[in-house]
Amino acid sequence: MMRRLIWLLLAFLPILPAQAVEIRQFDNPEQQARYERLIEELRCLVCQNQSLADSDADLARDLRDEVYGIIQSGKDEQEAIRFLTDRYGDFVLYRPPVKPITWLLWIGPLLILIGGGLFLWRRHTQSRPNESAGMTEAEQKRLDQLKKELLHRDKS
Amino acid sequence: MRFLIPLGVFAVMVLFLGIGLTLNPREVPSPLIGKPAPTFQLSRVADAGQTLSPDDFKGQVALVNVWASWCVSCRQEHPVLLQLARQNVVPIYGLNYKDQREAAQGWLDQYGNPYVASAFDADGRVGINWGVYGVPETFVIDKAGLIRHKHTGPVTPESLEQELLPLVRQLQGEP
Repeated sequence: MMRRLIWLLLAFLPILPAQAVEIRQFDNPEQQARYERLIEELRCLVCQNQSLADSDADLARDLRDEVYGIIQSGKDEQEAIRFLTDRYGDFVLYRPPVKPITWLLWIGPLLILIGGGLFLWRRHTQSRPNESAGMTEAEQKRLDQLKKELLHRDKS
Repeated sequence: MRFLIPLGVFAVMVLFLGIGLTLNPREVPSPLIGKPAPTFQLSRVADAGQTLSPDDFKGQVALVNVWASWCVSCRQEHPVLLQLARQNVVPIYGLNYKDQREAAQGWLDQYGNPYVASAFDADGRVGINWGVYGVPETFVIDKAGLIRHKHTGPVTPESLEQELLPLVRQLQGEP
């Protein structure tokens, strides 16, 4: 019984990674490359962690149709991207554009790196042994003298 | 003093994660807010011979509700819409999204029809122009025909009272 169930499950396995992408006809390979690059970079709004290329959602299929139509009519990538951002906003872009509201997103990691670096540098310079720091030559001599005296006292 | 920095970092993290928890990640802000409602000319669900376009609700505040007979959460918000329609506060227009005419009409016959009229968007292209990504969605249109607000997901009695109706009243007060 158990074995049969396992075989049954195994039989269904090949269905899982089925491709969501339709077969499309293009006028030239350049348009095809453009289309494929686009749907990889655009985000599906229904299953938000998938690109249009990966998603099997109904809306993703419709949006692939739209992108295909735009590319097929000879327009460029920007045109297709504008079509989608006009309707769905920057959310459809996996790579957010650099604008005031996304500045923190873009330079945030750099700020954290700089902040962390400063923090480490300060700690490093502070915790350095300051035994001899800030002592004049005379003081150093006096210190050595005292150490020697202590040593003699222990011996005697 | 030694614990102050990690504690501060921890506090900032808690703050950010706390804000994150209150946000709805499925809610995509619409770029159409403040812009004219995308125009269309579609046949009506009830009558294939008659058309519906945004001109039909021009000059008044209106709700445009995107629905479909296959949409489960539309059932959930339906009683709320019916109740609102009975109150006669604001006209509700429907955008029937990627549906079949018979199924859509049957659904309205069975559960009641809160809509002044519903546009029949069989291939969903008008839906795409309106930035629809999850049915049901509800748009608030002002007198000038601009989209002023979008509610994604089923309208609940709370969201109606706290979100939609106050805005509708405010917009009705505008010249």
